[in-house]
Amino acid sequence: MITLLMGPFVHADYERGERVVQVVVVGAGEVGSNIAASLADANEVVLIDRDPDRVEAVTYRLDVLAIEGDGTSLSTLKEAGVEDADMFIASTDSDEANMVSCATAKTVSDAFTVARVRKTDYLTTWRGAEGAFGVDFMVCTDLLAAQTIVRIADLPGAQDVSSFTDGRVRMAEFEIPAGGSLANQTVESADRFESLTFAAIIRNGDVEIPRGDTRIEPGDKVVVIGSPDSCQLFAAEVTTEDGLAEANEVYIVGGSEIGYQTAKLLEARGLTPRIIEQDPERARWLAEELSGSVVLENDATDIAFLEREHVSDADIVIAALSSDEQNLLVSLLAKRLGAKRTVAVVENGDYTSLFETVGVDVAVNPREVTAEEITRFTHEEHTQNVAIIESDRAEVLEIEVGEESLLANRIIADATADLPRGVVVGAITRGDEFITPRGETVVKPGDHVVVFIDSDVLDEVATRL
Amino acid sequence: MNLKVDWRASMSLVGRVTKYLTVAFVVPIAAGLYYGDGGLIPFFVTGAIAVAVGSALERLDDDPDIGAREGFLMVAATWFVVSLVGTLPYMLEHLAIQNGALVHTTDTTLHNPVNAMFESMSGFTTTGATVMGDISFDSHTRALMIWRQMTQWLGGMGIVVLAVAILPELSVGGAQLMDAEAPGPGIEKLTPRIAETARALWVAYAGITVVEMILLYGLHVGGMAPNMTAYNAIAHGFTTMSTGGFSPEARSIEAFAAVVQWLIIPFMVAAGVNFALFWHVMNGNPRKLFEDVEFRTYAGVIGALSAITAGLLYLDPGLAGPATETASQHYDGVAAGPIANTFPIFEDVEGALRQGTFQAVAIVTTTGYASMDFNAWTGAAKYLLVFAMFIGGSAGSTGGGIKIVRWLVIVKSLRRELFTTVHPDAVRPVRLAGKPLDDRAIRGIYAFTLLYFVIFFLSTIALVVDATLAGRPQPLSVIEAMTAVAATLGNIGPGLELIGPMGGYLDFSPGAKVFMVVLMWIGRLEIFPVVVLLTRGYWSS
Repeated sequence: MITLLMGPFVHADYERGERVVQVVVVGAGEVGSNIAASLADANEVVLIDRDPDRVEAVTYRLDVLAIEGDGTSLSTLKEAGVEDADMFIASTDSDEANMVSCATAKTVSDAFTVARVRKTDYLTTWRGAEGAFGVDFMVCTDLLAAQTIVRIADLPGAQDVSSFTDGRVRMAEFEIPAGGSLANQTVESADRFESLTFAAIIRNGDVEIPRGDTRIEPGDKVVVIGSPDSCQLFAAEVTTEDGLAEANEVYIVGGSEIGYQTAKLLEARGLTPRIIEQDPERARWLAEELSGSVVLENDATDIAFLEREHVSDADIVIAALSSDEQNLLVSLLAKRLGAKRTVAVVENGDYTSLFETVGVDVAVNPREVTAEEITRFTHEEHTQNVAIIESDRAEVLEIEVGEESLLANRIIADATADLPRGVVVGAITRGDEFITPRGETVVKPGDHVVVFIDSDVLDEVATRL
Repeated sequence: MNLKVDWRASMSLVGRVTKYLTVAFVVPIAAGLYYGDGGLIPFFVTGAIAVAVGSALERLDDDPDIGAREGFLMVAATWFVVSLVGTLPYMLEHLAIQNGALVHTTDTTLHNPVNAMFESMSGFTTTGATVMGDISFDSHTRALMIWRQMTQWLGGMGIVVLAVAILPELSVGGAQLMDAEAPGPGIEKLTPRIAETARALWVAYAGITVVEMILLYGLHVGGMAPNMTAYNAIAHGFTTMSTGGFSPEARSIEAFAAVVQWLIIPFMVAAGVNFALFWHVMNGNPRKLFEDVEFRTYAGVIGALSAITAGLLYLDPGLAGPATETASQHYDGVAAGPIANTFPIFEDVEGALRQGTFQAVAIVTTTGYASMDFNAWTGAAKYLLVFAMFIGGSAGSTGGGIKIVRWLVIVKSLRRELFTTVHPDAVRPVRLAGKPLDDRAIRGIYAFTLLYFVIFFLSTIALVVDATLAGRPQPLSVIEAMTAVAATLGNIGPGLELIGPMGGYLDFSPGAKVFMVVLMWIGRLEIFPVVVLLTRGYWSS
């Protein structure tokens, strides 16, 4: 999956006939080695890790140069050739080590530095001061995952939700249940929502760009792009479940960093989430940090405990434990007890669809979320934001329209005719104004457009928009 | 026995503080010189003794090094020794050589050493309970009376805090010392240097005191308070901001016009506020005051108690005038001046509001002033004051008692107990102003409050037993014994009935008085720093 994600960046430079991109990755953990693996095909990748066993494993498994050493030491970085590197990615488990690595790399190199952090404090600092810590791009994995969980929790029935243009435009993916009001309708008759565009229907894993007469079948996944309000209205049509505004009982199982960040975001929405954490010290810490939540210290797989705390009445149960297996168990248990909706964190991307098949309502993969964030800067410069649909079957991009863009100063019907099939303009914002794109709408330079693009035509289209 | 406490270091510092206490005698001596009614010699004699004793103690250790244990001993001993030195002016007053023998030319109750110790401890601990038989300038010199007021002012913000502020030797370990002395759990360091923190607190304290003195005297100059002379303005300034409650007037604040009583109320309220907050206000941060949880609770408690008391007084027909059946028992033979300041109260909005607010504020802040004899009140209002005796001022204020912040923590942790009864697995820290409190701190607060009540009940029994054995001129009722303990342990001053605001503690047996001296002492230092000295473990392990 990440291989595909890194694609556009790699190809863009590669195909222009420029020299091979040199990438230095610090940390051969899961994230680091995955990034390295995806970049290794078309780039020269040097991987640094302190653990000799990991280094050895990577040497045999991947076509990269693995070096044993401390990523924060200049001599190790020089050995890895950081001076000539184009990109420097620090992805160890230690936030501080990642930032120091980036700062160290910056002393001798002009490489674009990327640091992965968990602590939101660092992200706040970095956002406040351009280039702080010598980091050009900071990815806060757990916060991103938490934000995604909250967005999904807020839109009942949604499988995936992303925000664009500062929250003015929303993309959501829904699975159409059998017997719902939308099932077996044509897109034309279903399209009764102001400022909402049907971008795509995903049927049996294939992306289909809907026409007016396309029939929506139960089990289809529908991707819609529109204003947040219209997405809410659409959600209400898809399912009778409640969004966060009506939810009273939200349970977060597992006080991991993702669980903690999710609780914080929910608190900010005025909810009182209940967090279940087994470790007494972590529970105490959570209770001290989260004044608006109720922290319960117990094993979340203890059925008597779940019954005592009335998980059966839960509107949403979010499983954010560190192991996928436990998250699955907890989600199914909660569902069985009567919880209305379950959202589970799944670290292993391969399990995402499995989770959803066996009964978890939504599975959120933090690495996919991180990938979306990383992709944001690997795309062309004017791409503002990215969402990945269905394990990279398609992408939704936010693009600021430039003078040379194919879309500029034309009506959309003409522009799309020049593009291959698989491209849908979902929404336009002009300043604060939301414009619903129709065939005769004229796009002006400076507008932000949110476009759905099938992965098959992504490389071809992305450069022309 | 192998002592684990460096008592020489502690006593050396006690000596240093005692020596410097002499400087404070400047005020009574100046008063004596200005008013020309003598009484200076006791202060010169006491000064000489204090310097001698202080220097002797100081020689115990040339380079005192204070740890946590030495800190407790130093603070507890300082208060005791300073109070002991403070007894001398009372005992030496009116002492003269006649026909080759030392005699007292005028007899006063304070010539008795036990009475003098009671008055001195009551002064320094800002209790305000008195055993002075005749509170007037007929029996006492102006120098002595201003000294009595001044002991309270010195004790208000704390003798040790003052010492830390001005004696550079105390800067190391000063935080320990201030913590042991300062009211409330823990201290807030305002500045990196503890001496500057101590100085800031004293500057705020002295500053507000001076403002009050000027305003009080301003009322006199303005013709609104004929008897609020410069002497009285200074005397009452000393004992308002320290929440002391001594007054050179026998009728306390009842002797002054309504406008004076109204003016004193806000200053008593201020005295019960954490002085660290005033420091923030002076540094251009007034929001800190209104955002402070303890201050808001304190303001709410005072407001509610004042309103309820005032309402009860408004509806009390016994307070229609001094001649009603209930009032006459307490107002027979009282001069026309105070009576005119007090009545009417019944169905008089201003009167009821003023009397209710004044008494409620005076008791909650542990000042112990009285703007009337509240023994004349009927049941409910009077017992509301007994309840108020257990509230206390804010941490870091000059007030005594259990303190608002402790009650806040207790109420919050009780709420947590209720919550965890329903949700046995819930982890819920007790928060104060959003910050989670350590469970050890909560335990300490529970322990203090429990100990406070245990001491209260045991001491009440002790006083009743003692009164029965000693055979007082008038029998001691249980409510008198209870309020006597509450008033001395909480450093408040007046209780109910015989020991009411216009009465005194003179009738107690010498044993009972010594006992109450101890209560005032441990009450001012919040029990633990003194009680820990009585444990074997403190000295030997």
